[in-house]
Amino acid sequence: MSHGPSASGGAVAKPIPGHHHDEPYVPVFTAGSAPRAKLDDILSRYPTRQAGLLPALWIVQDERGWISESAMKEVGDVLGLTAAYVKGVVTFYTMYHQHPVGKYFIQVCTTSCCNCMGAEDVVKAFLEQTGCGELGLTSADGKYTVIEVECLGACGFATPIMVNDDFVDSVSVEKVPEILRKYA
Amino acid sequence: MPDQKLVNVTIEGRPVSVPEGTTILEAAKTAGVLIPHYCYHPGLKIAGVCRMCLVEVEKMPKLAPSCATTVAEGQVVNVYSQKALDARKGVLELLLINHPLDCPICDQAGECELQDYTFQEGRADSRYREPKRFNPAEDFGGDVLYVTNRCILCTRCVRYMGDVAGDRALCVEERGDRAKIGIAPDHDLSHAWAANVVDLCPVGALVSKDFLNKARAWELDRTASVCPNCSQGCNITLETRDGALMRMKPRSNSEVNHFYLCDEGRLNYQWVDRGDRLEAPMVAGQAVSWEAALTAAGAALTTGARHVVASPSLSNEALWLLKQAAGVGTFRVAQGTEAPLPGVTDLARRADRAPNATGAELLGFTRAANPLSGAGDVVVIAGDDCAGLDTAALASAKHVIFLGTAAPAALPVGAIVLPIANFAEEEGTFTNLRGRVQRYLQARPAPGFARAGWLAMAGLASAAGKGGAYTSAAAVFAAMAKAESAFAGMSYDTVGLKGQTAPGARVNA
Amino acid sequence: MGYPHKSHPRETPILSKYFGDPEARTLEGWKARGGYKALPQALATDPVAIQNVVKESGLRGRGGAGFPTGLKWSFMKIGDGKPHYLCCNADESEPGTFKDREIMRWTPHALIEGCAVAAHAIGAETCYIYIRGEFTEPIAVMEAALDEARKAGVIGPNACGSGKTVNIWVHRGAGAYICGEETALMNSIEGRRGNPRIKPPFPAVAGLFGMPTTINNVETLTAVPHILNNGAEWYKAMSLSSPKSTGSKLFSVCGNVARPGNYEVPLGFPFKEFLYDLCGGPLPGRKFKAIIPGGSSVPVITIEEAEQVKMDYEGFMEFGTMMGSGGVIIFDDAQSMPKQLARLARFYAHESCAQCTQCREGTAWMTKILERIVAGQGTFEDLDTIFELTENMTGKTICVLSDSCGAPVTSGITRFRGEFESLITGKRSSTVAVG
Repeated sequence: MSHGPSASGGAVAKPIPGHHHDEPYVPVFTAGSAPRAKLDDILSRYPTRQAGLLPALWIVQDERGWISESAMKEVGDVLGLTAAYVKGVVTFYTMYHQHPVGKYFIQVCTTSCCNCMGAEDVVKAFLEQTGCGELGLTSADGKYTVIEVECLGACGFATPIMVNDDFVDSVSVEKVPEILRKYA
Repeated sequence: MPDQKLVNVTIEGRPVSVPEGTTILEAAKTAGVLIPHYCYHPGLKIAGVCRMCLVEVEKMPKLAPSCATTVAEGQVVNVYSQKALDARKGVLELLLINHPLDCPICDQAGECELQDYTFQEGRADSRYREPKRFNPAEDFGGDVLYVTNRCILCTRCVRYMGDVAGDRALCVEERGDRAKIGIAPDHDLSHAWAANVVDLCPVGALVSKDFLNKARAWELDRTASVCPNCSQGCNITLETRDGALMRMKPRSNSEVNHFYLCDEGRLNYQWVDRGDRLEAPMVAGQAVSWEAALTAAGAALTTGARHVVASPSLSNEALWLLKQAAGVGTFRVAQGTEAPLPGVTDLARRADRAPNATGAELLGFTRAANPLSGAGDVVVIAGDDCAGLDTAALASAKHVIFLGTAAPAALPVGAIVLPIANFAEEEGTFTNLRGRVQRYLQARPAPGFARAGWLAMAGLASAAGKGGAYTSAAAVFAAMAKAESAFAGMSYDTVGLKGQTAPGARVNA
Repeated sequence: MGYPHKSHPRETPILSKYFGDPEARTLEGWKARGGYKALPQALATDPVAIQNVVKESGLRGRGGAGFPTGLKWSFMKIGDGKPHYLCCNADESEPGTFKDREIMRWTPHALIEGCAVAAHAIGAETCYIYIRGEFTEPIAVMEAALDEARKAGVIGPNACGSGKTVNIWVHRGAGAYICGEETALMNSIEGRRGNPRIKPPFPAVAGLFGMPTTINNVETLTAVPHILNNGAEWYKAMSLSSPKSTGSKLFSVCGNVARPGNYEVPLGFPFKEFLYDLCGGPLPGRKFKAIIPGGSSVPVITIEEAEQVKMDYEGFMEFGTMMGSGGVIIFDDAQSMPKQLARLARFYAHESCAQCTQCREGTAWMTKILERIVAGQGTFEDLDTIFELTENMTGKTICVLSDSCGAPVTSGITRFRGEFESLITGKRSSTVAVG
């Protein structure tokens, strides 16, 4: 019996060689900082500090582009949680990057509704034209990372993609060059 | 239990009455039925995730997880209905599809619930034809090694660390079939009570580094005992192979340690098998017979003022006979840091690093920082952990009588030496810091001519003309209970294997 | 309306009337279109009276389970001294479903009004709208609308001048299908992994932060102000299947179809006309083959079956499937069913929270078998294994994700067995439906 991957390993960004450290770590939520003020405001909406975890992780990702283990520890310290607890949460939610990703993080929906409309060809086009070559890998110039993503909830607009926080509906193979020109 | 409402249920045709709120799984135990389970553990919060304990409850449309379903009046539970058996067989098959089936090199083999339940209820073959998922093993720190591929994600370890140890050092990482137990880089399992996760793990995923590849579970002889490493008195099992102590495991006792044992307690056992044991009585550096040694000791005891230094690691029985033979004296207790287990009331690794300081005190021995101060004509040193002995005082004594397992460096050459057994080699009782008297049993023979502590002391008492004709530890205990009001009314029968609080103990000391 | 297409004359656009109309997004624009009429009145009404109107209307949850909304609200004990919470489920992650996205994108105030009314009706002062993390645009639109509503005093500590507190906050998810399950959603808000909880306790007893909680879908909440404005009778009368299924429903249509989009029709609408008339039928030169009518978790049916369906909770069940969330996925004769079902199984394998054994291991195993069959390495025994595996994965876990993986797959094999057998025997792929 050979050893193999999980049944669904394709949809995660893989580490960029040599880029997965952020030492020395510079904290995000320093006293008086804008991220700290934002988090404090959000925390006032909830009866527990732990409820601020997902928002806090979003703030870190907005600031740093990814969530390092040092960042998990910092978030944990701010909210009274352990780094392991934070890690359990970070790794549960696929939108949090555990590694740095390309400047443009491209997610292409390939679940059935888009799949039957040619989503796999769209993925192929992005992989070829960005130079990423393989799902989850970042292009040599650090510009792009392409992953397959599970249903983006825009099934009537096959194929929807996300480039960072931007949603692009109804992407066909023909539209890929234009999109890449926009995100260059 | 005052006014607790009882609920009547029928489990596998057997009617039982259990308190309201009891789970079907616990109720089944009272009916003599052990429902297979993995994530459930009586010491932990309910997770209900392994789905192994599914049973059929009449009038319920779906199979019920018996760990998470409380009994209801008149309920009829079928543990072994075809539907329930099929469901559990299905769970077992799924738990094994990615399992490496490496039982021949797994420390858990022989005491593995995955093996046991598969043997009991599983399939004889697997229909799985796909590549297996693979993850490397990880050192979790402390004494714990995580063999990822064997993990069934029952989350007992995660819940224990978070809810009982109060230290969320573990998590479930990732999701789907990528999930595994995770740990943060700078926060490993160095918690004082972390190694309990090895015992809690129902499979071979969390294994002890100390025990790694050391012995097969079925080769081990198991003996009920009490941890000698501090005054908490956690109940333990000594696991020996051919007389050698392989590991110490907690033995559950809801009054003392529940299901747990601290890391320091469980890992501090190598001294039990030390090689430099005293094996024969000696007088003036020469091995002699017990008779000769005891005669010499009996004579020495009468030659002047006696100074007795006792070890708080001796049994109640040995200490009481020492008191008969030579009178009471002082003892010193090695100190360490206290480390509580937050999730269990009054359970901690105690500062007093000896098992029987309370017993010594109840018998009239007194605690002293420096147990041998000033000289006596006769110095009796009973037990090994009498550190801090004043070499000059020893040298100036007319006679030194030493009863122990290994000779301390400061022992004068002319001392009378009586070799005794350690706690694994004799029967006896310790009194823990709350005054609970607990028995420990003999796991293996003492080396050479060494005698159980109580038997050596009995000999000394006889030689000193102070009685001492006893043939068993139980008889010594019975005599002690008669003589000492602190232990009044107690016997080995009443103490049993779970212990009993001594009437004379200051309960809230 | 069939956004992004023009509204079809046979639609009944109640919730979708202003899709595509950017002016409907502002508070002023929304008021001009009849919005925020129900809220001030509701805040002055006894919560139980509101519950009764909604009960009377027959409104059932539009997220998939179809539980009667008024009944759900009545489980909340008003005045029990505990903080109550309302969670709006805007996690919309069920493949094939994209209606809540459009409600939030175009008519954010419609949802805010629905949330505020519902919060009052269940005695809650706080509502969290849990929006899936990928919905960046709906999140931005909702945040802007909430800001506007707060500044105008429509919601907040003195909502509409009523003296009542209604706080509404957006909580952004971060990529997890399972957070659409109501107890997983609560865990996610609490800063935990999105693991579904064992029930009981039910959310109305111990939900978010351990307090009584109601969770409602976006579409459900958005329908409430309309019911209060027009009355329960109006809502019931609209449906062609009253009294069991009442009101209008948004159906998201996607896959191989001429005009994909969101269509709002009264429940009981004939599915055949819906597919060929409203949605424009198949793509040129193709034929419809298979339909998953209620989001990817429900059994797949053949086009022949679909053509007989009446679109309501009961109508779909007659053909062994469910209306679910109303996400209609259409596959035409150019698609390989084994491939599409394998892809669906992979979705569930990816999204399993990993708690229950059957789901964590079963969804992944199922995926591997199906992918092997698609690769031409399958055997007939594999098909039997899939059925037995599905039996193992159904009705035995904390939530229904595990069941949802098996349902489309086994129904697909039953109905399109020929396609699977062709792949196994290596003969030309058959697209002929059987069964």
